[in-house]
Amino acid sequence: MSRISIREAINKTLHEEMARDQSIILIGEDVASKHSGGVYGVTLGLSDKFGTERVIDTPITESAIIGAAGGAALTGLRPVAELMFIDFLGVCLDQLMNQIAKFRYMFGGNVTTPVTIRTMIGAGAGTGPQHSQILYPLLVSIPGIKVVAPSNAYDAKGLLAQAIRDDDPVVFCEHKAIYDEIAEVPDEEFVIPFGEARKVCEGKDITIVAFSRMVLFAEQAAKKLSSEGISVEVIDPRTLSPLDDKSIIESVEKTGKLLIVDEANPYCSMASEVSSVVAEKAFHALKAPIRKITSPHTPVPASPTLETFYVPSLSQIEEIVRELSNY
Amino acid sequence: MFENSQLYKAYRDMKLIREFEERIRAEYQQGKLPGFIHMYRAQEAIAVAVCMNLTDQDYIASTHRGHGHCIAKGCTVEDMLLELCCKDEGICRGKGGSMHIADMSKGMLGANAIVGAGPPIAAGAALTAKTLKNGCVSVAFIGDGASDQGTVAEALNLAVVLNLPMIFMYENNYYAEFTKNPKPDGRIAERAGAFGMPSVCIDGSDFFAVYDAAKNAVERGRAGGGPTAIEAIVPRYYGHFEGDAQQYRERDEVKSSRSMSDPIKKFLQDPRSEGLSKNEIEKLDNEISELIENGLEKAYSASEPSYEQLFTDVYVNYKGH
Repeated sequence: MSRISIREAINKTLHEEMARDQSIILIGEDVASKHSGGVYGVTLGLSDKFGTERVIDTPITESAIIGAAGGAALTGLRPVAELMFIDFLGVCLDQLMNQIAKFRYMFGGNVTTPVTIRTMIGAGAGTGPQHSQILYPLLVSIPGIKVVAPSNAYDAKGLLAQAIRDDDPVVFCEHKAIYDEIAEVPDEEFVIPFGEARKVCEGKDITIVAFSRMVLFAEQAAKKLSSEGISVEVIDPRTLSPLDDKSIIESVEKTGKLLIVDEANPYCSMASEVSSVVAEKAFHALKAPIRKITSPHTPVPASPTLETFYVPSLSQIEEIVRELSNY
Repeated sequence: MFENSQLYKAYRDMKLIREFEERIRAEYQQGKLPGFIHMYRAQEAIAVAVCMNLTDQDYIASTHRGHGHCIAKGCTVEDMLLELCCKDEGICRGKGGSMHIADMSKGMLGANAIVGAGPPIAAGAALTAKTLKNGCVSVAFIGDGASDQGTVAEALNLAVVLNLPMIFMYENNYYAEFTKNPKPDGRIAERAGAFGMPSVCIDGSDFFAVYDAAKNAVERGRAGGGPTAIEAIVPRYYGHFEGDAQQYRERDEVKSSRSMSDPIKKFLQDPRSEGLSKNEIEKLDNEISELIENGLEKAYSASEPSYEQLFTDVYVNYKGH
């Protein structure tokens, strides 16, 4: 076991997987940079170790990056492409939505497209309206893609290894505000299967389902509220598509109360999806209305002051949990 | 110089594309085929001449006007007809249809219903070839309409930057759907030069001209010399899609574009194909008719996909709701 950050866990996994499988290439903007290893240093050292034939810097050309990764995956490689910020989905969505996601289905099951797209999500770094969005709900709604969002270093390692080894296209969402979060991670290789939620902490009064960075907030809230005598169970689905609705339903059947915390904009979000799943499948277990905390239906503001209002907060979570507890 | 066997293959593939399309066009007009189909007539020499320079291990990415590319790359008429009829036995199990025919065993990476989406995918296949150092090349077929898409420019640039074994095969029929594309001949190919890529503009109805241009480009790609762009000029014989009334075209223009050089006639009139015998050609023609009739018969009597097929092959595996 080692105590490492999410950034280190991703870097280590990329090293291990590339050493294990020669068909893996990395392709993206600045991924081979010897000095910075991308914007946040996640790919540092990989081009030294594996060479620039396998760790490929490209021009600023997202459609070509994602499209070429898809074409390479169709023809025998196992590319890991980097879409620097998920906000850049706007310039390459066709290659993901109409091409990569649909190859297997529209070619009658005769092909696999084992491509992983690593991308940064989320607010909290003052990066403004076009570098701070969550956007994963857009992708979750597209059949043919799997979507993953780890909240800690252990999950980042196991889920990225699974994403790379998976024969389906996977979008791996890294929240830029939690790269430095440290956790105990086994030194050996391991994978975490998709579609299996993690029970972050056990509780009996209220269930919080939280995603990505919001899992950290939910965990903090649970600790604080336990001193007030409120027992909170926190569920981190870890994979958004497929979603482990079974674990969510089991928890709600135990607690009868549900709060969902999702940094995505509110409409058609993971919060609304989980809410719908529970309303449909665990309605009779509910002892209170389902509550949701999301960012508002606004772009992400650049102002650090406004951004603080934008992102769901610890105090909002505590407040709603107390309300649910008293319901 | 061409062997007679090569010339017969060239004739046979061009004629097969022509007859295949004329036959499905007639069927489509009777409402027997679903969806949209886009005719390749008058462009047959391009697909055939390019693909005769390729092996099954080389890749092509096609377009919405893809039947010719499929046949030239070796997809069987029977598989294609089953797919055009969207039957369970179709090459894509009826889930792709005319605009998504793909056959990995032939290096055919798919027709594509998104105009301009193929070149980045073809660049990826070229990247595979470069990474595996297997000497293969990848060809993107691109219409003049698609040439204006940003994806094509991105692929041109990436191919040059990464020195990919790739060919940008432009087929300029002067029309972007219903809109005349006001570009002088060669302008599209010249764009490649701005990215540092050599290019050539040729008569797309001349099999021998296309063959030579493709041969040079393929050899260059295989030898690690990087990408090449070829622009082939062809008339647009029919409409954008079958059923397009083409009211945006003058009657005379349609007429004159049709009388412009027919690639098959031109091929047979060329001194280089002198050695072909009339009997052999007649035999090939008969085989082609039989192939198409048998394929159609089989396709019409084949079974529809089952309800369960709606849900299969979205993923390799997917645990969840």
